[in-house]
Amino acid sequence: MSSELTLQGLQALAPIIACSVTAVAVMLAIAFKRNHFFNATVTVAGLNLSLLAVWWVYTNIALPQPVTQLFVVDAYACFYMALILFATLACVTLANAYMETHPGNREELYLLITLSAVGGLVMVCSRHMAGLFIGMEILSVPLFGLAAYSFQRSRSLEAGVKYLVLSAMSTAFMLFGMALLYSQTGELSYAGIQKMLVSLETLPAIAWAGCAMLFVAFAFKLSFVPFHLWTPDVYEGAPAPVSAFLATVSKLAVFAAFLRLLQELPLMSFGPMHDVLTVIAGLSIVVGNLLALTQSNIKRLLGYSSIAHFGYLMIAVVADLRMEQPTVAIYLLTYIITTLAAFGVMIQVSSPYNGADADNLHNYRGLFWRRPYLASVLTVSMLSMAGIPLTAGFIGKFHIIFIGVGAGEWWLLAALVIGSALGLYYYLRVMITLFLAEAGMRRFEAPLNWGRTTGGLVLLFLALLMLLVGAYPDPFLRLVMASGMSA
Amino acid sequence: MNLLPWLIFTPLLGGLLCWQSERLGRGSPRWLALLTMLLTAALGVHFLLIGDYSLDASALGGNGWQAEFRAPWIPSLGISFHLGLDGLALSMVLLTAGLGLAAVLCSWREIQKNVGFFYLNLLWNLAGVIGVFLALDLFVFFFFWEVMLVPMYFLIALWGHNTPGGKGRIHAANKFFIFTQASGLLLLMAILALVMVYYHQTGMLTFDYDLLRNARMPLQLEYILMLGFFIAFAVKMPVVPLHSWLPDAHAQAPTAGSVDLAGILLKTAAVGLLRYVLPIFPNASAHFAPVAMWLGVAGIFYGAVLACAQHDIKRLVAYTSISHMGFVLVGIYAGTLLSLQGVIVQMLAHGLSAGALFILCGEIYERLHTRDLRQMGGLWSRIAWLPGFSLFFAAASLGLPGTGNFVGEFMILLGSFKVAPVVVAVATAALILAAVYSLLMVQRSFFGPASSSEQLEGLTVRETGMVLLLAVCLIWLGVFPQPVLDLTEAAMKPLVR
Repeated sequence: MSSELTLQGLQALAPIIACSVTAVAVMLAIAFKRNHFFNATVTVAGLNLSLLAVWWVYTNIALPQPVTQLFVVDAYACFYMALILFATLACVTLANAYMETHPGNREELYLLITLSAVGGLVMVCSRHMAGLFIGMEILSVPLFGLAAYSFQRSRSLEAGVKYLVLSAMSTAFMLFGMALLYSQTGELSYAGIQKMLVSLETLPAIAWAGCAMLFVAFAFKLSFVPFHLWTPDVYEGAPAPVSAFLATVSKLAVFAAFLRLLQELPLMSFGPMHDVLTVIAGLSIVVGNLLALTQSNIKRLLGYSSIAHFGYLMIAVVADLRMEQPTVAIYLLTYIITTLAAFGVMIQVSSPYNGADADNLHNYRGLFWRRPYLASVLTVSMLSMAGIPLTAGFIGKFHIIFIGVGAGEWWLLAALVIGSALGLYYYLRVMITLFLAEAGMRRFEAPLNWGRTTGGLVLLFLALLMLLVGAYPDPFLRLVMASGMSA
Repeated sequence: MNLLPWLIFTPLLGGLLCWQSERLGRGSPRWLALLTMLLTAALGVHFLLIGDYSLDASALGGNGWQAEFRAPWIPSLGISFHLGLDGLALSMVLLTAGLGLAAVLCSWREIQKNVGFFYLNLLWNLAGVIGVFLALDLFVFFFFWEVMLVPMYFLIALWGHNTPGGKGRIHAANKFFIFTQASGLLLLMAILALVMVYYHQTGMLTFDYDLLRNARMPLQLEYILMLGFFIAFAVKMPVVPLHSWLPDAHAQAPTAGSVDLAGILLKTAAVGLLRYVLPIFPNASAHFAPVAMWLGVAGIFYGAVLACAQHDIKRLVAYTSISHMGFVLVGIYAGTLLSLQGVIVQMLAHGLSAGALFILCGEIYERLHTRDLRQMGGLWSRIAWLPGFSLFFAAASLGLPGTGNFVGEFMILLGSFKVAPVVVAVATAALILAAVYSLLMVQRSFFGPASSSEQLEGLTVRETGMVLLLAVCLIWLGVFPQPVLDLTEAAMKPLVR
């Protein structure tokens, strides 16, 4: 394996390069002229170009294409890069109307989001501890700023600081874990570490500790129970588009990187780690759903429900450690669409920005009778989260159960049934609120022409996608099947 | 053109039209819904006329379906949109269409807000039910099984009643949804495990019913999978320890919702047992039969005893449904041709009589604005016609000869006697309880001193026609059930143990 950078390798990194260039371009554009529409347009154009670059790499470059020792661009990376860019685009577009009346500087939001997306792209390609670490930091550091973006609200500021502390913790664990592994193997690439560890007769305790610490770092970022405490607070405090970004892009990138680590460093998931993963999956499902039950703040509710959803996702990981099935990718696809739609409706109702987000359940009372289509989108996304047929979420849950049954993970499946029953209670609560008679006081209202704004169009597209994946999933399944990891 | 999928698509499309037509005024969704259900019923009758349902599978060739429709849906998982029609499915589809008409008519005046959206939910629910009856692919079956829940949820949660002292309609709707959905996940797991078993046997990934019913497995595994199916159906039926959602849902649901729930939705569970549990898991079912029959007996008694103690007239009827479905469970697991055919007649008869009783309860409520039996009494002198009809359907519900209920119960008991004499002997005693609760209901609501001498509005032409039609069907079923028996004999024969 050459450690030199070849032209082919450079081409394979085109999406990352395009996205980085976009970040620079947005920065320059802001310096050139501070104009909300202009800066947003530059961002969207750049992100679209990056998305095109992913497609170009997928069709024109011989995959998998190793790029130095740090990265590899394969079908798996392409799929997740495309998903990350898609979600970022959706967040940016949805944020546009929301930011229109934001007091203070609006434009830096785009810069920070783009930068963070670059980090995500780096993460899903890396197969080396250094790449992983760099990616994780590029992803996280802009997020501190994003979470605290509307710093006039103390909640937002609090969210930023909380995320900062959490990230620092996570980084510390990660670096320590890497160092411990390095001390035992003298290697930093995943494959190298695996080779060295396998060659040892018995695995030293320090290596186990290193694996465990790496896992803790990921668990913090993915908010598995018991590392979940930050999630609801940060989701609640951050501005709605940023919460959407946190719930989708950030989790997506970290999970994809985590999977690649598990794949290339199977020691992470065998032996006692397997039991740990099982317990954590079960705990995340049950605790996440239990804590969501009594929430009346939609952002907190979605935060807790995302904990549960990643618990469901872990069933697929535990059941299929060699990742032979595309279950995880399918589930993540449906999760992304659904979550973006849910946050998208919240962003629509909260915009234009007026100092707070419409995140309380009673803000949505009777929305169906005033904005039927907007409320329908939220209805569909709640049904999708609950996994009811005809929506994307069902296809995801169907595959999870399928793989769980195949592997005989009966305890986790029992947790899934209990968790789903609990989950239904609060998803239905959100849903039925939309249809109840109107409350007297109404503080938030989506603009009447919301469907004709770009954000509205994205939202309608997401809703359509949700139904399409639910009703006719075959093309999507084929797409996902092509995204297997190159071993 | 294959008309089979249109049995499902007609109500689906009709529902969408109803929703949008509300812009034209409140009347148009009602007429459109009526038209849609008439069309669906006409399609059902069409299939009744063109098929020869006395032929059994070998005479029909293929897999023995009178009409079949298949289109690829998710080929990568071996799922196709596969529908099929036999006597069992057709009898249930006709019941659905008929009671669907009644449900549309009985909400003509009751539903005054968001009429279009109401009919959207009602028609989509009916479409889902028909889908369950026709499905021949286990994925499609599960799909419709779940899809029919959401509209029902809305029917209860948005147009339901908040009875004083109760926990409210949203609570009831949530309970209904969570019970059925959680048990539905068990069903999904069992289906997937069955698919896996078949996959390991043949290397073929398929959800097709005609193939999967040939899957062979060790008895222990068969037992576990059978229980997965059984629990899901037991919740829906409902079998006694899993029934607690039903009285709540009925008490809070609007009239059309109750008609739909008692008349049709409960039948999907029985059809599920007949269509899936008995043929796919024959050995485990045979082992399980005594347990299931005693569960049925428990339901019969439990429902009957609790019905006697109810003050809310709709809750009373709801508990009688539990009792009547207990007979169905006994008949299904007795597994003789006589008892299985009795099950069909009992289901049709119970659908008609319980549907009619709920309609009459709704009409009483529209006039009195209460469903509390303690505040009724003496209604016979105050409302024209309605008490008479109620008396008739109450008598049908207690199994009076001449009504379909008598035929159904009689056939079930007679057919099961050979197999399980003790069960039948015990179950027969419950007929006395049936008489007690039915007469108690009539006595407390219509007889005795009137609380006021004020005359209430009599039945309108729409109301009379609707109830009269159901009564005629019930008597016809009681006097001359042979056509129904002919219709379903071929479908039931392979299920005989």
